[in-house]
Amino acid sequence: MTHGQDEVLSRADVAPGDEQAEGSVRLRVLGYLTGLGLAILLTATSFFVAGTDLVWEPSIPVALVVLAIAQMGVHLVFFLHITTGPDNTNNVLALAFGVLIVILVMAGSLWIMANLNHNMMPMDQFMQMQR
Amino acid sequence: MSDTTIAYPSSDPRQLRSTTGAAARSGPASKRVVTGYGFWIFILSDMVMFSAFFATYAVLLGQTAGGPSGRDLFDLRNVAIETGFLLASSFTCGLASIAAETRSAIWFQLAMAVTCIFGLGFLAIEGSEFASLVGRGAGPTRSAFLSAFFTLVGCHGLHVSAGILWLLTMMAQVFAKGFRADIQRRILCFALFWHALDIIWIAVFTVVYLIGSAR
Repeated sequence: MTHGQDEVLSRADVAPGDEQAEGSVRLRVLGYLTGLGLAILLTATSFFVAGTDLVWEPSIPVALVVLAIAQMGVHLVFFLHITTGPDNTNNVLALAFGVLIVILVMAGSLWIMANLNHNMMPMDQFMQMQR
Repeated sequence: MSDTTIAYPSSDPRQLRSTTGAAARSGPASKRVVTGYGFWIFILSDMVMFSAFFATYAVLLGQTAGGPSGRDLFDLRNVAIETGFLLASSFTCGLASIAAETRSAIWFQLAMAVTCIFGLGFLAIEGSEFASLVGRGAGPTRSAFLSAFFTLVGCHGLHVSAGILWLLTMMAQVFAKGFRADIQRRILCFALFWHALDIIWIAVFTVVYLIGSAR
């Protein structure tokens, strides 16, 4: 086998959800435990931030969204084993496209509906015009 | 140096140089990769569908039609317990994946059974929450806000129910057929599905319950 072939072979894909680590069962359980610990920490922080008076109130929704995205990252890495390695390129690209559509749908809907709300006549005036 | 030392897969855990790997990679990807990737695409499209429900909920959050708002309705203690159940079930589902790969039937069945119990516990709490909301006159017909709430959270609950049916099917199939390659692929897809449900639940408890009860 030549080195050129070797390079081609090392770019082979791995199925999403499959772990590439060659570690023992103990190490892999430890990986899931790490993910569980981080997820519990982030969840607890979310619930604490939502109920506390210690944080400046308008910043709370932003903080919650940031914590949620961080926890999604933890789940992707430790539970779904999505990595930045060359064997995961296809999985990451599909994920990136999914995230793009999700952001477009959510941000686009909120933006358009806020605009409409702002530009629309108050309902009572509208009712009077109907008469 | 000659590369004829390829017959030692144990020194090559990623199978980058094994002959079977070479055969698989000279042609199309292995069936496990193709199946897993296809299911990954399905999961991402499922998330796109959920994003539409989330956008609907966020837009309709204030449209309570004079009825109760999230602050009046949501019990965050219940939500915290639900979150804990789903998180624990995600963890035990990971243990089941490891057991499937090491072909340990006992550990697989045990981990899947615990996953199932946590999933059922989640559904029980969610069901009682829905029943108490409807009982208090805050059903999906009360306001646009509640319609969006029941659609979004109910859709996630339906996914969890379907996941539990799939989970029981996998337990039965492993029991009857053992860890065949096709069963292993189904276990891979099930694990993807179950972990993805937990990811969607993160968005649900953040957007619906925590942000929704703040206003």
